[in-house]
Amino acid sequence: MDTATKPEASGLHSALRYKFIAIVGNENLRAGAPADAVGGAQPKLVIDPGTESELAEVLRLSNDAGLAVIPRGGGTKLGWGNPPARADLILSTARLNEIIEHAWADLTVTVETGCTIQKLQETLAQHGQRLALDPLWPEKATIGGVLSTNDSGALRLRFGALRDLIIGVTIALPDGTLASSGGKVVKNVAGYDLPKLVTGALGTLGVITRAVFRLHPLPRSKRACSITAANAEEAQRIVLAIQDSKLAHTFLQSHFSDDATPTSDILFEGTEAGLTAQEAQLRKLCGAARVSEASTATWAAREELWSFSEPSTTAIAKISILPGDLARTIGGVERTAKLHQLRWRALAYATGIVWVRLEGRPGGLRGALQLLRVELENQGGSLAALHRPEKMAEFDAWGSAGDALGVMKAVKNQLDAKGTLNPGRFVGAI
Amino acid sequence: MEARILDELRTIVGDHGLISSPEELHTYECDGLTNFRVMPRAVLLPNSTEQVQAIVRVCHRERMPFVARGSGTGLSGGALPVENGIVISLARMNRILEVDFPNARVVVEPGVINLDVTGRVSPQDYFYAPDPSSQSICSIGGNVAENSGGAHCLKYGFTTTHVLGLEVVLPDASLVHFGGKTLDAPGYDLAGVFVGSEGTLGIATKVILRIVKRPECVRTLLAAFPSTNEAGAAVSGIIAAGMLPAAIEMMDNLSIQAAEAAVHANYPNCGALLLVELDGPVAEVEALMANVKEICRSNDASEIRVAQSDAERALVWKGRKAAFAAMGRISPNYIVQDGVIPRTALPRVLSEIERLSKEAGVRVANVFHAGDGNLHPLVLYDRRISGQEEAAEALSSKILELCIAAGGSITGEHGVGEDKKKAMAKMFAEPDLATMQRVRCAFDPLQLSNPTKIFPTPRLCGEKPGEYAPHAIESAGIAERY
Repeated sequence: MDTATKPEASGLHSALRYKFIAIVGNENLRAGAPADAVGGAQPKLVIDPGTESELAEVLRLSNDAGLAVIPRGGGTKLGWGNPPARADLILSTARLNEIIEHAWADLTVTVETGCTIQKLQETLAQHGQRLALDPLWPEKATIGGVLSTNDSGALRLRFGALRDLIIGVTIALPDGTLASSGGKVVKNVAGYDLPKLVTGALGTLGVITRAVFRLHPLPRSKRACSITAANAEEAQRIVLAIQDSKLAHTFLQSHFSDDATPTSDILFEGTEAGLTAQEAQLRKLCGAARVSEASTATWAAREELWSFSEPSTTAIAKISILPGDLARTIGGVERTAKLHQLRWRALAYATGIVWVRLEGRPGGLRGALQLLRVELENQGGSLAALHRPEKMAEFDAWGSAGDALGVMKAVKNQLDAKGTLNPGRFVGAI
Repeated sequence: MEARILDELRTIVGDHGLISSPEELHTYECDGLTNFRVMPRAVLLPNSTEQVQAIVRVCHRERMPFVARGSGTGLSGGALPVENGIVISLARMNRILEVDFPNARVVVEPGVINLDVTGRVSPQDYFYAPDPSSQSICSIGGNVAENSGGAHCLKYGFTTTHVLGLEVVLPDASLVHFGGKTLDAPGYDLAGVFVGSEGTLGIATKVILRIVKRPECVRTLLAAFPSTNEAGAAVSGIIAAGMLPAAIEMMDNLSIQAAEAAVHANYPNCGALLLVELDGPVAEVEALMANVKEICRSNDASEIRVAQSDAERALVWKGRKAAFAAMGRISPNYIVQDGVIPRTALPRVLSEIERLSKEAGVRVANVFHAGDGNLHPLVLYDRRISGQEEAAEALSSKILELCIAAGGSITGEHGVGEDKKKAMAKMFAEPDLATMQRVRCAFDPLQLSNPTKIFPTPRLCGEKPGEYAPHAIESAGIAERY
């Protein structure tokens, strides 16, 4: 008998443990290991349910027993959010990974949330379709994790974020309820839009077990260009001019850093005839700025920003601003970094979402994040600190939820009154 | 209503902001769905957020329900007054507060008319994308409540896609802000939950909208087919070819006749008409349009026209947008239905509708947002003939059941309101509805804001919902949850 099957090793009441085993089977329950730690807390158990109803039942028993549950997909973004106030059990969706129905002629897919993004995209591509989203680490990241963290990339400019792609959802609530909302059709206004409620909720309201998405065709052809600007002001002028033009680009992102001049990448998708005409228009629009063919490295820009060697001296923040505040914001990042003696680089999407990497002493990182957050919140924006060094003094990952926090807490209280799911990890200590 | 409450309300909005005489109240006893009527106790016409808050404060204290109303064009009874309640009309809060072109944002009050947003930004070549057929009279506040769609949602999305933030007066009169001008505000996406909640979570007093740059060109193709089957096959062909048109609309012969009689859109007389609109850069659109024409031809289209001017294009759309009202030309009374089906179920569902229609002796005209599966069957009847109204209503319900059985929805854009409460229980299982009601309780524990709508069985907040039990058809293996 290995340690996983010894009730006392888990520190959990043995009767409860046997109930879990009765639901998922002995082989799908094990003791938590150091690698399962979340924000410094090591859960006692890891459970891998094989069906939605098994998951709901495990969740219900945990809730009844007062255990804190951390839902987990691929585990790629488990560090996003505040450290959990408590963490007793990891509820993994790894075995809930089936693509239930790809209704390609209807441009929809129904999928279990433990399925990875890559597996889903490969299946959809067989019919020339895609989920029009480019989240981080698609080979490991799951549908459920990407939904819960509301991760989006460059394609958001054209196709919207997850909130615009998800059309149906099934969630398991802490009381064991399995509830569905939305449906399998793109246009549907029957009942409340709970798919949007759980998207970006960091698993604090329920565990998403199933999702339905609207799909888009894969492009016939693509063409990408890079535009070099002299400084952040010129980069902003170019970005706003492109946004105000008749170009139908798929994405537009700009790179800034302390050691290179700004460049912007633009991607066009469509027919060859359309691409040629749009590239010509782009060159005309950019005037004196240099336009060149883009290297394929730009596709991976966000993952590159996230691939740092020193987690103990790196912070990564997702900043949200108005597109017209780009140059001002980059100027602010530059000044703040200088003040705290930090290296910095940023990837800015034309939607106003900007990813910033800062490197230096933890004290300096904290000071810079704090200063930037105050400035951004004063302008109506926000800053979420999604990677912080472990040694950095406590710093709220999210910032202010404003006067809506009361309703958010009421929603949490209605669906998870005991604070079973990811306690303390979300805004306002939800 | 007690005189003291009426007086208190009058002091908030002034004499001109209060309607309480029975003759005048009649205007407000229903919305676009006229077969339900309830007299409100009073109608209030506030002109500011502060006035809305003050009114709601009185309602909260007195436990008096209220219903917010925009232009009253809704087709599901969402703005139907509730017994012993008041109506709060947002019609006077109709200012466009801010237009920000560099960031493509517009801030409006809820009473602003949908088309006026586009009117305001069109000189700079922008538009507001959601375009319900009633766009020249419906209000943004109403659009927010209903998550209104329109013909172009296939490419551009719905109201919820274009609402970035909201100022809301909650049912306890507190003022809160959901979302904002920037994306991904910290916390739950409450703007996403509020849009489409049909007035049951509070009253929006300010709305931040996203506007869109006009595409370089728009081309509209009209193709005539022998029947809806060939037209449907052409739609499938277009989707399979990897195109995402701005709109694909289908009309059957009866709808074509009605539209012709009403607005002389110069439609060909055929079994089914397809209207395909592509927009974007000229070179791209021309290349794809050639493709669409080929697909239509290979599916037996007898006539294909591409509108060459804005005027021709407007005429093509005029026929389609007038289709509902045009039914008056061929039938004294009609019911507008709003079901959704997966697009591929179209041939099966249409032939079933035809069978039911013959069986009931009631004619059905079909107008269809073919790209996204939103079906608008118009059930035609004559109220003066005894039994016809009942037969039409029964047929209309059966059509909804067909949509549910096909894996679709009971409403694509008109909302549940009063009209489809019962059908909700057919589309959703009890735990689904109970979960939605728990969300409602977080916003409105006393159930004052448009109570009695959407949900078939009202639940008092604090009442614990039952545990999950499989739906009967689920246990029988007939249906599965999605």
